[in-house]
Amino acid sequence: MSGNEATADKVKALIEPFNKKGITLSHDTRFADDLEWDSLTVMDFVAEVEDDFDIIITMNMQAEIENIGQLIEAVDSLNG
Amino acid sequence: MAEHKDLLSKFDPLIKERETLLSTGVMDPYAIVMDEVKSPTEAICNGKETILLGTYNYMGMTFDGDVLQAGKEALDNFGAGTTGSRVLNGTYQGHKECEDALREFYAMDHAMVFSTGYLANLGIISALAGKDDYIILDIDSHASIYDGCAMGNAQIVAFKHNDVEALEKRLRRLPEEAGKLVILEGVYSMMGDIAPLREMVAICKKYGAMTLVDEAHSMGFIGENGRGVCEEAGVIDDVDFIIGTFSKSVGTVGGFCVSNHPKFEIMRLVSRPYIFTASLPPSVVATAATSIRKLMHSGNKRAHLWENSKTLHKGLRDLGFNLGTPEAQSGIIAVIVEDMMQGAMLWQALLKNGLYVNLARPPATPQGMTLLRCSLCAEHTAEQVQKILGMFEAAGTEVGVI
Repeated sequence: MSGNEATADKVKALIEPFNKKGITLSHDTRFADDLEWDSLTVMDFVAEVEDDFDIIITMNMQAEIENIGQLIEAVDSLNG
Repeated sequence: MAEHKDLLSKFDPLIKERETLLSTGVMDPYAIVMDEVKSPTEAICNGKETILLGTYNYMGMTFDGDVLQAGKEALDNFGAGTTGSRVLNGTYQGHKECEDALREFYAMDHAMVFSTGYLANLGIISALAGKDDYIILDIDSHASIYDGCAMGNAQIVAFKHNDVEALEKRLRRLPEEAGKLVILEGVYSMMGDIAPLREMVAICKKYGAMTLVDEAHSMGFIGENGRGVCEEAGVIDDVDFIIGTFSKSVGTVGGFCVSNHPKFEIMRLVSRPYIFTASLPPSVVATAATSIRKLMHSGNKRAHLWENSKTLHKGLRDLGFNLGTPEAQSGIIAVIVEDMMQGAMLWQALLKNGLYVNLARPPATPQGMTLLRCSLCAEHTAEQVQKILGMFEAAGTEVGVI
């Protein structure tokens, strides 16, 4: 299950400015292994997502999120 | 049959990185031995007279005559160690005297002494914030703070370093009824910058969060009475807990928490890092108590340390080094270098000239930076500071940093 389409579109749009390698994004794209983000980039990106959706993604939750699909699900559950 | 997994193989990338670095012929920056220590500012390293500029010995108390005498007497009268926990046989008269000295130093109701500063953060944070509580912390927080959070299994929310607005946004989004602890540091030890505590503590109050401030690198030096950045910012009475250490300005080893919370004493029975380890040796608490009492009346030393810090900062900036702060904000001056290789080269060139500084690297440093971290001492003379600048000029030119 991959969350709703509106969330997916928004999340992908937020990723683009950080997608320096121009990787094609799918639900399976991984932040560390595919996008090659370091911890600093992750922090900046998470702050963007948090501000955009007005939610908090704790570091405990972040540790469980490896790919875009998981992030979309997490955002939807926090918004729900 | 499958081969057994070597659990140390996960460290292979680090082993390889070190081998590559050391194969260039640079000395191992993490294996230096002080053969002799002559004073708070001088030692013999590799047979060479060396000025110490990386010890956090801000107030130079390690060789204070009264401090040494107190330690010797306690060693003779109470023995080499307590062999016990603070809550069993490990609380001696000296531990109580040390806590009395802290209460007086901070003008607070309660003080609790731990065996190290690391354990103080572990012990207080893990006991305060459990699984359903939120800890809101600066992303650049010290390892002991993160480890305390992990030990308590709390929900961790990080905000951008020293960003007041980012802190407020996060506090605003958290459930009103949830327990919240905001953890800040007075001085951030890598870059030597200070936190905007006046604004941050006010916001914490507004959202009903408790506050803990780690003043490890400011005690004894910053604030009119040396109580730290909280005192300097005028918010010491609004902060719930202050954590500190004896291994910097106090000049020995140990950690503590002071607080005015009326229920604070229960922490002694619920903090595992307080209970399940041996207490500090009698000589250590005696030196700490004596040192803390002397630090109450060290206004002149504080003024001299500020002079040293400002002179070194301006001198290094004028030489063309890239520094962690626009002006001197604490006893720490961080020189930012390009990478580990350049850092190790500069570090080695300085050591060969007779100057010891700390080489700091990720993950200890923020934003993946490599730093040569200098910490000044009130016992550095004005001449030593000029000599240090000369060494930086020579080494920086040799390595091509300036």
